[in-house]
Amino acid sequence: MSPVLAGVLQLLALIAALALAYRPLGDYMARVYSSKKHLRAEKWIYKAIGADPDSEMRWTAYLRGLLAFSAAGVLFLYLLQRLQGALPGSLGFKSIDPDQAFNTAASFVANTNWQSYSGEQAMGHVVQTAGLAVQNFVSAAVGIAVAVALVRGFAPSRTGELGNFWADLVRGVVRVLLPISVLGALVLVACGVLQNFSGIHEVGQFLGGTQQWNGGAIATQEVIKLLGTNGGGYFNANSAHPFENPTPFSNLFEIFLILVIPFALTRTFGRMVGSIRQGYAILATMATIWLGFTALMMWTEFHHGGPAFDLAGGAMEGKETRFGIGGSSIFAVATTLTSTGAVNSFHSSYTGFGGGIQMLGMQLGEIAPGGVGSGLYGMLVMAIIAVFIAGLMVGRTPEYLGKKIGTREIKLAACYILVTPALVLGFTAVSMALSTPKDSMLNSGAHGFSEILYAYTSGANNNGSAFGGLSADTDWFNTTIGLAMLLGRFLPMVFVLALAGSLAEQTPVPKTAGTLRTEKPLFTGLLAGTIMIITGLTYFPALALGPLAEGLAS
Amino acid sequence: MNNSVGNTARLLGAGLRALLVLTVICGVLYPLTVTGVAQTLFHAKANGSEITSDGKVVGSELIAQRYDLPLEKGQTTPTPDLRWFQPRPSNGLGENSVNTQYKLLLSGATNLSGANKDLIKQVRDAKAAIIKDNSTATHRLTPSDVPADAVTSSGSGLDPHISPAYADLQVHRVAERNHVSVARVQKLVDENTDGRSLGFMGEPRVNVLRLNIALRELTTRDGDGS
Repeated sequence: MSPVLAGVLQLLALIAALALAYRPLGDYMARVYSSKKHLRAEKWIYKAIGADPDSEMRWTAYLRGLLAFSAAGVLFLYLLQRLQGALPGSLGFKSIDPDQAFNTAASFVANTNWQSYSGEQAMGHVVQTAGLAVQNFVSAAVGIAVAVALVRGFAPSRTGELGNFWADLVRGVVRVLLPISVLGALVLVACGVLQNFSGIHEVGQFLGGTQQWNGGAIATQEVIKLLGTNGGGYFNANSAHPFENPTPFSNLFEIFLILVIPFALTRTFGRMVGSIRQGYAILATMATIWLGFTALMMWTEFHHGGPAFDLAGGAMEGKETRFGIGGSSIFAVATTLTSTGAVNSFHSSYTGFGGGIQMLGMQLGEIAPGGVGSGLYGMLVMAIIAVFIAGLMVGRTPEYLGKKIGTREIKLAACYILVTPALVLGFTAVSMALSTPKDSMLNSGAHGFSEILYAYTSGANNNGSAFGGLSADTDWFNTTIGLAMLLGRFLPMVFVLALAGSLAEQTPVPKTAGTLRTEKPLFTGLLAGTIMIITGLTYFPALALGPLAEGLAS
Repeated sequence: MNNSVGNTARLLGAGLRALLVLTVICGVLYPLTVTGVAQTLFHAKANGSEITSDGKVVGSELIAQRYDLPLEKGQTTPTPDLRWFQPRPSNGLGENSVNTQYKLLLSGATNLSGANKDLIKQVRDAKAAIIKDNSTATHRLTPSDVPADAVTSSGSGLDPHISPAYADLQVHRVAERNHVSVARVQKLVDENTDGRSLGFMGEPRVNVLRLNIALRELTTRDGDGS
């Protein structure tokens, strides 16, 4: 069997597994977020928080709760790292410097998991397990909560109420993320992922001498890093490390974990707005883009353009033998089209076009299928833009799911889509104009520019993967990427919740013959086109200077 | 004004309490429970899939090792010990700059791009060295015989596998250096080659540590017999 055919079969197996999980998981999540009942454990949690889970919140109250919780998260994680040297169970690791501790705290709370440190050299058991892994859970639950709040905005009421933030947060963790994580972690251990609390110890070698290992709660962190589309590796090599991703099966399973919730949420959306077919239209758009990108990635990586790859006879630099080109390409697209950023192969050593596909995936706003929650709300904002454009063409007030898209709604949607390009292009331009940031580049020329463009694209879109050649542990990058991550996460959330609040106040308008049928394939095509045109026009000049220049030269 | 400051403080308090409760659940109870189950059901795998040979632990099935000659005085880059099968290059590992207490196993890639001059040189040098090392009097290699994984570094730098093509390429050299027949070494390689899982997942591969353990068993057994 040729490697290309094996790659295609792995993709088909993945699609089959996702299709099997789609309905049960999507319907289950719809029930979780619509249910009026609380589990006993949840009641106990609400008591400890001091929150009433049954009180409905308007968008401002929802947002305040979300921001307070996230601010507490940043503060707690920052202090935990700063105190690491004095904490027990830290394996002798020092406290993290202020700029890097800020960057890491911002990164994990913003669901980005950009890492300017190497896990095995910097973080002990306490910070990894009680700090970083916890944010993997809660930042994912926050993302889903915002998506659910937006979906409630489309529901046919006119109360202006979006649900309760604390209830959505706790249910996301307790009923969705934890159960899947427990099962997934055990599957990963069965494949060979480590799960222990051993200290740093010596292990014998074949030709004598020893190697030093640090163990840890790796499987439990690995599973939520992927399921919550977080991406921060326990080890520097992330999911390329054999202790995080030991076999071809674990590799496919990890890709499945990345994609399963973002895709299934379209079903949840359809259920909650009372039309499954509306969910399918969104799903079709996401799936089309995802499959197109995966096919392009496989083509360029198997084709291996680039002097060093031509000489070697294949683009295996930075890739593991057990995954090969196929398993690596599928992972790379899944991780950059969601907000994950975990890597099983090193993106900087992909072909020029391959690096461009990764960057474009993030620049689309990570909506195909996108991060947990953030993918759905990002795609729904794009759907509003698409409906608006269609409305302009026929001269009719646009509406989506029975809610009118008026001036206020379209302004909020426009603000949403402007935030990340402004952060990415602004910070990249300033970094190129200053003299010192460029010293951090490993490669020169077009690829060096790509390293910096990639870093801010990854930060502002909350992805967290890197063109690893960039030495990002400097005051400048730690601070500016930290800001890009926080603003790129929370400003769009402000606009989404404001939009949800505005939609929730409207009485739905009845469907007429002139209503744009947003559940039809025509709309799927319009939506995909809108996404590609808006992103293409925004980022094309920057991409031309980096990956396109590199790809065309090879 | 005072009221809004009070509100903010109350809200931050609620946020902090929520975080602490969820930290106990996701950061303490969850990992401890899973560790308990994992240590009971999958003890060997949860602790690093260690391999033993002659009753001694010789490493992990999952982690690559170097098979080099001892360093001579003043030598900085080690010379590969050509009696043993060699793993992929690993040019990407960084220095341990933070935790000076230990010399930990580090993971990392080169992150060099396809057009990078250093990478082109690494590939060219690796290819030349492989052709030189593996050509015997009766078996000559050409550049097109060398597969891509033999001259490139992996993502982790700890890739425990090589492609079957790279293992086959080393058979003549290993047989000559260990004074055993080519056929017997080739048989070892074939026995230690894993196909794709379920026929389509991943790529065919050879675990270098397992192969070298089998090789040592073969050669010491022969040594005892003669």
